[in-house]
Amino acid sequence: MLAALTDRQWLWLAAEFYLAGFFLGTCSLLRRGGPSGVAVYALIAFGYLLQLVGLTLRGRAVGGCPLGNTFELLQFTAWSAISLYLVVGVTFRSSVLGYFTACLAAVLTLVSLAIPAWDAERHVRIFGQNPWIEMHAALALFSYGVFALLALTSLMLLLRHFSLKSKHLGGLFSFLPSMVDLDHIGLRLLAAGVIILAGSLAVGSVYWLRDPASASYAKLFITIAVWLAYATALFLRLRGQLLAKRFAWTGLVLFGAALLSLWPVDASRSPAVAPAPHSVPRRHP
Amino acid sequence: MSSAGFFLFGTTHQRAPLAVREKLALDEAGAAALQNELAGVAGLRELAVLSTCNRIEFYGVADSPETIARVEAAFCARQKFAVEEFATFRLSLAGRAAVQHLFEVAAGIDSQMLGENEIFGQVKGAYAAAQERKATGPVLNRVFQKTFQAAKHVRTHTAIASGQVSVANVAVELALNIFGDLADTRILLLGAGDIGGKTAKAFQSRGAVTLTVSSRRFHRAMELATQFGASALPFEQREGRLAEFDIVVGSTAAPETVISATAVAAAIRKRPARPLFFIDLALPRDIEASVAEIQNVFLYNLDDLAKIADENRAAREAEVVRARALLTEKAGALWCQVLSSTGHASGLPLSTSAVRSRG
Repeated sequence: MLAALTDRQWLWLAAEFYLAGFFLGTCSLLRRGGPSGVAVYALIAFGYLLQLVGLTLRGRAVGGCPLGNTFELLQFTAWSAISLYLVVGVTFRSSVLGYFTACLAAVLTLVSLAIPAWDAERHVRIFGQNPWIEMHAALALFSYGVFALLALTSLMLLLRHFSLKSKHLGGLFSFLPSMVDLDHIGLRLLAAGVIILAGSLAVGSVYWLRDPASASYAKLFITIAVWLAYATALFLRLRGQLLAKRFAWTGLVLFGAALLSLWPVDASRSPAVAPAPHSVPRRHP
Repeated sequence: MSSAGFFLFGTTHQRAPLAVREKLALDEAGAAALQNELAGVAGLRELAVLSTCNRIEFYGVADSPETIARVEAAFCARQKFAVEEFATFRLSLAGRAAVQHLFEVAAGIDSQMLGENEIFGQVKGAYAAAQERKATGPVLNRVFQKTFQAAKHVRTHTAIASGQVSVANVAVELALNIFGDLADTRILLLGAGDIGGKTAKAFQSRGAVTLTVSSRRFHRAMELATQFGASALPFEQREGRLAEFDIVVGSTAAPETVISATAVAAAIRKRPARPLFFIDLALPRDIEASVAEIQNVFLYNLDDLAKIADENRAAREAEVVRARALLTEKAGALWCQVLSSTGHASGLPLSTSAVRSRG
């Protein structure tokens, strides 16, 4: 029966697990018990596996990294953020981070699934036979996942800042990590994201220099602008000129801008499109 | 005994905000001066003054309401506070209701930190000081002694004091919300009194290592520093070296603020990446209120801490009801005894006593 499921059905299942993680966290909070760390983590991890199956099926169907339309880009971004959370979430020892990650993943995956037009057709021949350019795209999207987590920790920092300034420390606020911890996590995520995106741009630039027609100037401009914006934020943070609340707002605003930049980047790619393989059943090897 | 007999007037944290309470707070010198002034008030037979961070209350026995009004006017004049304005914050009780109030105060029911123990010692201190100044008589002696018995009974027979949190513990919890781990934080304690000691102990118990004590009397700072393995800082250097600290706890008895917003702004410029946390446990306050407006600076005063501590008050409301019922019964019994044994307050030397302590 599972073998008969399409990639989208696997992805729907994954989204439902993320949503379940979010609901479980909300219920725990309303009961004033705090998000149940292990349970939320388990739901996210299971959703992650299901999403991995769905993306693998899509990747096999299209013969490459599934990054050919808005739906796939959002799915991959959510998957990247979850990958990172599963690795670093335990280190950060923050059950609230899992709660927020489940929320973000649920929103990104459900919205992308709920709008059929985003997956009606996809760009083809964008990667060709060159694994490096696939790596470039995958790294770029992975950095977006890092920036997604940065946006979440920024949101948590703003909430913590608000709670401390307004002197409301109960409810959700009581489960937030400390200001200093959130600031350190944010700085590390920003540095990691900037480095990964720089790696992606470096790989892409080698390919572009060989074949300048492979990427439009609009795409080049937008991707470099995103990297520059994050790199500037990192520079200012390290110089002590972008701190606390401003740093957090920057993390949130830049992620919003980075997400929006996916549309023009996607649109500026190869004009060749084909129907997306909506109902790809799982193939047996 | 009519309302002109045993009386109580004053104000508490429930009626007056911190800014008003700090104007009305009596220090030892102020209390002594007021005592001399009231010595000439005819008809004032007994008087004890309870002055803590949360309340300023006068318990006494007077011949007439006019006598009480004169005491009130003298107090307001000393504090440079308009009598009319004081009336808007005033708590005024007499007879059994005043006894009941004193019972509840001593039992910690009326405290900002529900069930706290410190108030019991403060009431004892106020009574001892009144006795020392020969300002107590048959009414106050009996009322205060029964007060201590009633407060002990309530603490033993109800759960009013269980799970209670101290100001120092709330301050430490807040610091954890900002810094996470206290091992790397540098803490400056301004004031070497009882509160300073309790706060130092609370911080050390949660992993703080680097403590510095600064007091207007350097030898007191040295004493407390030695007790906690901390270092002492000359008081005049407190603002200049503010940037070296992450957490500053103010608990001095200084009549004016000892940390200005200008000094804090200068300090945060030197260490912009790290927050600065101020806990003001003093009354009058030690830290300028406008410090709270500075970016990456957090300021909490006594009322803020009490509000946070109060969040777990709901869980103990049932115990408050039980405690209050017990105290009402005991206050009624005592009042009947007082009426039958004294009839009215006997003549006593007119003097006041005051104890200034932190609550």
